[in-house]
Amino acid sequence: MVEIHRYGHSLEDTVSELLRTYGRRALTCLFRAILQIVMAFAVNLPLFILAVLSVAFIPLGVGVVLTPVVFQAIRTVADQQRAWAAEWSAVTIPVPYRPEPAGAAGPLRRLGRLLADPASWRDLLWTILNVPVALVLGVLAGGLAVYGLEGVLLAPWLALISDYGWGPFWPVEDWGAAGIAGSVVLGAALVVVGGPVGPFFLKAHALFGQSLLAPTRAALAARVEQLAESRSETVDASAAELRRIERDLHDGAQARLVALSMNIGLAEEMMKHDPEMAAKLLAEARESSGTALTELRDLVRGIHPPVLAERGLDGAVRALALTLPLPVDMHIDLPGRPEAPVESAAYFAVAEMLANVVKHSGARRAWLQIEHSGGRLIMIIGDDGTGGADPAAGSGMRGIERRLAAFDGTMAVTSPPGGPTVVTMELPCALSSPRTSPSSGTA
Amino acid sequence: MRVVIAEDLALLRDGLIRLLGAFGFEVVEAVDNGPSLLRALTAHRPDVAVVDVRLPPTFTDEGLRAALEARKQVPGLPVLVLSQHVEQLYARELLSDSSGGIGYLLKDRVSDVKQFVEAVRRVADGGTALDPDVVAQLLTRHAREEPLQQLTPREREVLGLMAEGRSNAAIAAKLFVTEKAISKHTNNIFGKLGLPPSEDDNRRVLAVLAYLGG
Repeated sequence: MVEIHRYGHSLEDTVSELLRTYGRRALTCLFRAILQIVMAFAVNLPLFILAVLSVAFIPLGVGVVLTPVVFQAIRTVADQQRAWAAEWSAVTIPVPYRPEPAGAAGPLRRLGRLLADPASWRDLLWTILNVPVALVLGVLAGGLAVYGLEGVLLAPWLALISDYGWGPFWPVEDWGAAGIAGSVVLGAALVVVGGPVGPFFLKAHALFGQSLLAPTRAALAARVEQLAESRSETVDASAAELRRIERDLHDGAQARLVALSMNIGLAEEMMKHDPEMAAKLLAEARESSGTALTELRDLVRGIHPPVLAERGLDGAVRALALTLPLPVDMHIDLPGRPEAPVESAAYFAVAEMLANVVKHSGARRAWLQIEHSGGRLIMIIGDDGTGGADPAAGSGMRGIERRLAAFDGTMAVTSPPGGPTVVTMELPCALSSPRTSPSSGTA
Repeated sequence: MRVVIAEDLALLRDGLIRLLGAFGFEVVEAVDNGPSLLRALTAHRPDVAVVDVRLPPTFTDEGLRAALEARKQVPGLPVLVLSQHVEQLYARELLSDSSGGIGYLLKDRVSDVKQFVEAVRRVADGGTALDPDVVAQLLTRHAREEPLQQLTPREREVLGLMAEGRSNAAIAAKLFVTEKAISKHTNNIFGKLGLPPSEDDNRRVLAVLAYLGG
């Protein structure tokens, strides 16, 4: 008895669970379809018109300023589309845009780069084609079930009391009872089929987006070339770095330790017959161990500063700023930590820029802003110095650029004569979830 | 004097136990990780603790955090923090509760045994022992500024030793002059920097460090 009772109960549960799941999925699909259609008409269409107008106005000058803004807006919309494609339909659409090269970016040069990037034009094409495509696929994705529902719940009964009688595909009232039955049956079929197939139309829409918003073969080939170049630069740079470390250890700490053990050995010999000399040698040994430690400490700082390991980018940059001879206004907003290699590259980039401020700018104040948004770590460093910094001239800035390029990071410098200098660096990266305090963490 | 030691490298831990034992300290517990340190500090309430900044389990600044947390629970608990590298940032955090009994030294300083033991005693007595490297950084940072430029080289030297937390007597001994000469220097320094004179060593350190932005 108990068994049967329980079985019956769970069948009921299963059915209601199925209905709930169906309803939830169909509603989600409907909502997404509506969102796509609204986006297409309310955002894509005006953006396309704006883009065409601003490009047309380039000769008048207004377009020079307006075009990059509009194209940037289109990229933002396209990025949203990429995010939805991934989240709703598991369709990955890689970002095809060329990275911003380093150096001062005048408005004309920025415009030139934007227009030269084929991805900009494919974006534009997508912007307008998406309007009809989103409409058709959106109606199919969300509308089938709704239309079926209308055929079951509304059309037949309205036909009885009024002139209205549009059921699925035919006027119900012309067919009498058969029409009503047909409407209900066909409507039910549409509801049953329309719910589950909705996501396929959403996926079709995502695939349409992929065909225009993903990088083309040519773009991928160019990307491979760029990666090969930045990889060989990175390999060269790290080999040079290892050579430097080897030399520093060999000529520094290692040599000192040899001298140290020699001194100690000598002192050991002298202990008996010349204790005074032995004491002197030991004092010397201690001093040289101190120097060796200092050298090792400096070396470690150059490889990976301990405070960076301990406190992350935020703490390490704050610790660094405390040692500079000028005040640095800091706004650091990082809810988590990037991967260690990215964090290290970011730290050394900031450190190099701050060192430049101290050495070359003649600035009295500097400011620094670090935040993470849109999947990028953004670091902006400015000072009130004399300006005129040229990224091509200094090997330091060039090195930082290379270091950032290894992670697809970019650097842009604006430094007009007379200042101020502003350096913007961006590194694409994800942040780990916020670190729990170690002392309260699990042992 | 009862002391708790926190150091994860066995070699250094044994060395510290032996060294402090030889100078009459009683090592009540030697731990090798952050959570045990916090427990040992709050349970034993030692006269002084010697703590390595970096400890398991995270190998970040576990020791420092445990020491700060212990001082929150037991205000003024004397802690001498040792590290392979010194950071003004950490010095600032350690000194921020201004209740004294704080030391922050490079591990290298242990090699000068007499000075090191003196620093441990000073911290146990509620004084301050700040590493010369930290002080040097502070002084360099402000070297270009007006009031510090007015100091004579000797006065700057005395200011540095003062910032490390040394008493007039200790400074006098180190510079081979009389205590009276030092107190004349300190009065001049405080006058030039516009700080209220203080005979209390600890208050004096804090005033100097606050002035230097430590």
